[in-house]
Amino acid sequence: MKKTTVIATGVAVIAALTGCAANEVATDQSTPPPASASHTATRLTGTIDAGGSSAQTAAHEAWRAGFQASQPEVTVNYDPTGSGTGRQNFTDGGYVLAGTDEPLAIDHVAGPFAACAPGSALVEIPAYVSAIAIGFNLDGVASLTLDATLIARIFSGEITRWNDPAIVAANPQVGLPDLGITAIHRSDKSGTTHNFTDYLAQAAGSAWPYPVAQTWPSQLSGEAAEKTQGVRQAIIATPGAIGYLDASQAQGMGSVVVGAGEKAVAHSAQAAAAAVGASPLEQGRSTTDVVVALNRTLTDGQSYPIVLVSYLVACGTYADPDVGQLVKSYLGHVVSEAGQQEAAKHAGSSPITADPTLSGLVAKAVAGIH
Amino acid sequence: MSSLILADRPGRMENAAATGFKMTVTGASALVAVALSGVGVFLIVSSAPAFTAHADQLPLAAPTLWALAGPLVFGSIWSSTLALAIALPLGVGVGLYITWYAPRRLAGLLAAMIDTLAAIPSVVYGLWGLMCLAPVMSGVYDWAARWLGWFPLFAGTASSTGRTIGTGALVLAIMILPIIAALCREVFQRAPAAGVEAALGLGATRWEMIRLAVLPWAGSGIVSAGLLGLGRALGETMAIAMVVSPAPFFVGWSVITSANPNTVAAFIAQFFPEAHQVEVAALIGLGLIMFGITLLVNAVGRRLADGRQGQR
Amino acid sequence: MNPTYTLSAGRRRANRLATVAVTGAVFLALIPLVWLLVTVVSRGFARLDAQFFTWSMRGVVGEGGGAIHAIVGTVLITAATTAICVPIGVGTAIYLVEYGRGWLPRVIRFVVVVLTGLPSIVAGLFVYAVIMAICGPGTRSGLAGAAALSLLMIPVVITSSEEILALVPNRLREAAIGLGATKHRIITTVIWPHALSGIVAAVMLGVCRIIGETAPLLLVAGFADSMNTDLTSGRMSTLPVYIYSQWQNKGANLAAYDNRAWTAALVLIGLVLIFAVASRLIVRLTSSRPQR
Repeated sequence: MKKTTVIATGVAVIAALTGCAANEVATDQSTPPPASASHTATRLTGTIDAGGSSAQTAAHEAWRAGFQASQPEVTVNYDPTGSGTGRQNFTDGGYVLAGTDEPLAIDHVAGPFAACAPGSALVEIPAYVSAIAIGFNLDGVASLTLDATLIARIFSGEITRWNDPAIVAANPQVGLPDLGITAIHRSDKSGTTHNFTDYLAQAAGSAWPYPVAQTWPSQLSGEAAEKTQGVRQAIIATPGAIGYLDASQAQGMGSVVVGAGEKAVAHSAQAAAAAVGASPLEQGRSTTDVVVALNRTLTDGQSYPIVLVSYLVACGTYADPDVGQLVKSYLGHVVSEAGQQEAAKHAGSSPITADPTLSGLVAKAVAGIH
Repeated sequence: MSSLILADRPGRMENAAATGFKMTVTGASALVAVALSGVGVFLIVSSAPAFTAHADQLPLAAPTLWALAGPLVFGSIWSSTLALAIALPLGVGVGLYITWYAPRRLAGLLAAMIDTLAAIPSVVYGLWGLMCLAPVMSGVYDWAARWLGWFPLFAGTASSTGRTIGTGALVLAIMILPIIAALCREVFQRAPAAGVEAALGLGATRWEMIRLAVLPWAGSGIVSAGLLGLGRALGETMAIAMVVSPAPFFVGWSVITSANPNTVAAFIAQFFPEAHQVEVAALIGLGLIMFGITLLVNAVGRRLADGRQGQR
Repeated sequence: MNPTYTLSAGRRRANRLATVAVTGAVFLALIPLVWLLVTVVSRGFARLDAQFFTWSMRGVVGEGGGAIHAIVGTVLITAATTAICVPIGVGTAIYLVEYGRGWLPRVIRFVVVVLTGLPSIVAGLFVYAVIMAICGPGTRSGLAGAAALSLLMIPVVITSSEEILALVPNRLREAAIGLGATKHRIITTVIWPHALSGIVAAVMLGVCRIIGETAPLLLVAGFADSMNTDLTSGRMSTLPVYIYSQWQNKGANLAAYDNRAWTAALVLIGLVLIFAVASRLIVRLTSSRPQR
């Protein structure tokens, strides 16, 4: 008797658990989806398997929710497995859409890609723009002004204490303690490191003779932390720490106002968008391959130079036209004003729609997907 | 028990059942051997390109795969050895306490609590190590640097974040303690009652009884427990990746500084997501080298175990 | 003549020292446990609400949402892994202890020994490669996750079960042989009941090894924010992967993600406690050996 009671209870519990999640109960099928300028009003069904850059994950959450609200029979999956894996899986056919912090090299653009029809063009669009903040932990100090040379000297270990004369000279109003600087970088390969070292190489000149790469230069010391959250935790927990991380995660810490020329710019969504808008497109690519060659030496006082632009890679012509429809519809939502605002609110990114030229090119590239 | 009351020889049905059973368990074992050997074959085949690759293809621009692997293997072995040195005595002690010292009620409760430690995911250990343990340890390291700096383990400037290989080893020790304690517990419980009673009857104290009647039978079990724990520590990925601040190619003995060796498993996890073709092969090659190291370590351990007296 | 027997001072001291050492070990072992549990409970308390246990993350942006899809995924994948590992692992242990002769047991022991140190991410890579070769790229399923986890669980189950079976006293085997039993009868009627509680403990050790695994599942079972009860197709989320993704990939509302991660950790620990209690219950219901 006792045995059967136990088993019966177990079965009941399991049955209860495998019921539907409360938020996934099917909505009323008779209400038509709201029509919108950015995607068709027809009901689509299917699954989009996407993945890649982990920087875009929070943005995709917002895009997915908005898109699945108007298209409840579509499931969009985004695996934050990393840009390298994303590009590899796009080539192998594991993903029909990939997110990548680094655009595909020009000689890889021709493919072939498993999900694309033969001879198809590649569609590569900037979908996610985010500022990279330099955060620090100093009691009572909310912001510091540092220019590229100073930043380079701090992160290369040349400047070791907060009350170093160079820092004091740049921040005469701030009371800087006699505390050691703990410079924190990423231990893993990362697009954030790539963009940060690119900034230092372009803007700091001879103060940063190290290679631009996704890995931090191995000659330099300092603390290494795993991923954005590791850097954030290390900064919060350590007085005197300084590190670089996605601006939306730089909460609860002081942040650096970056000096560029005569002016200094704090990180913000608008300043990041201004930097992207003022940068030219990379030469030698097709019209559907929209890649921004970031100019990190702008001194107009509006552009924040330490910016990460993350791309979405899709096929111009899909081998399976149904998949093409799905991707076109999803990307249409992603690059629309509504989609970009959702991402800005939820993930702290800069809407690409702030720059009409760029978003016009992007919308045209997306419209050509089939 | 009526099934055991048989005629002079087992009948045909009985023989068939016996053969069937034997074939089933042999089949299971063969399956294990095949599946697990498949992993070895996969590792060798996938990693082949990396062994002949040069600096511009390998992660961290290492000149050869061996140059990359050396410091990482050191890191894995060093952190796991530290962890085992802490966890094995503690685990044996906990096992002894639960089996021979604790009152019945408390024993069950303690066993459940230690088992709970085993179930905590490595991510949570990583989070806890990062957020709670490391800041506390940084104070300890400051103290150690000042007073014990002459000892190689505590040489150098203490890390201000506390995210060192010492902290990583501590987290590993806490992770492997339950495995060691649980297996030791099971083994100690099964010490032959005759020996225990005989020792007690002759007037042995509790410790003498344990020394004479329990530990000799448990020797092989303790070594197995230690090897299981060591294996777990060698393969641990997430906790080390989140807790330790690694310096590229670093080899050193100090457990308190900012520059620490990385481990093979954590390195693979950190570099895999963004890896290109040959880099993936290199990371798999690291896994293969780890295989070889584990084999060596276990072979040494097994030799120790076989050298002990057991009733097998 | 008074034959009062007294302990020498040396023996008494040794005994006391041992007691202190052993008790001290327990205290030291309990400090991190209590610290960890206090941390998880205090941080995870915020989201211990009904929504956490009834909602998935589909369509959730920022605040709210739940982990029911991850809880169900954990239960299903753990059950599948156990179903794969227990027959094969315990069967292998029985073979090694009772039948092993010749070259096969040596090969198996070698293989088990080496695999004990397999980094979990390498197990995931292997299963991913096999699945990709068989089913094409991009296939993700809960069953593949169970296969990857089996590679990690089997060595634990085999090693522990082998130790337990080896400790069954030989006199029991000899008595059974004396009564004329064949090999498999000895195993099923004599050795099995004696070793059962230990085997269950060995399986629980294996479950504890894999229930918190993240790295291999990230590769082969993928991330999912919707409920999926089909082990054979589609991405399936588990609690450790959920914790990892909530921690690593936060949006602007940091607190919402943090809270979900810690509550999921608390739920996972609770789940394991339930399994542990259930396994001891099974032992008590089925064992014929007097429990210590």
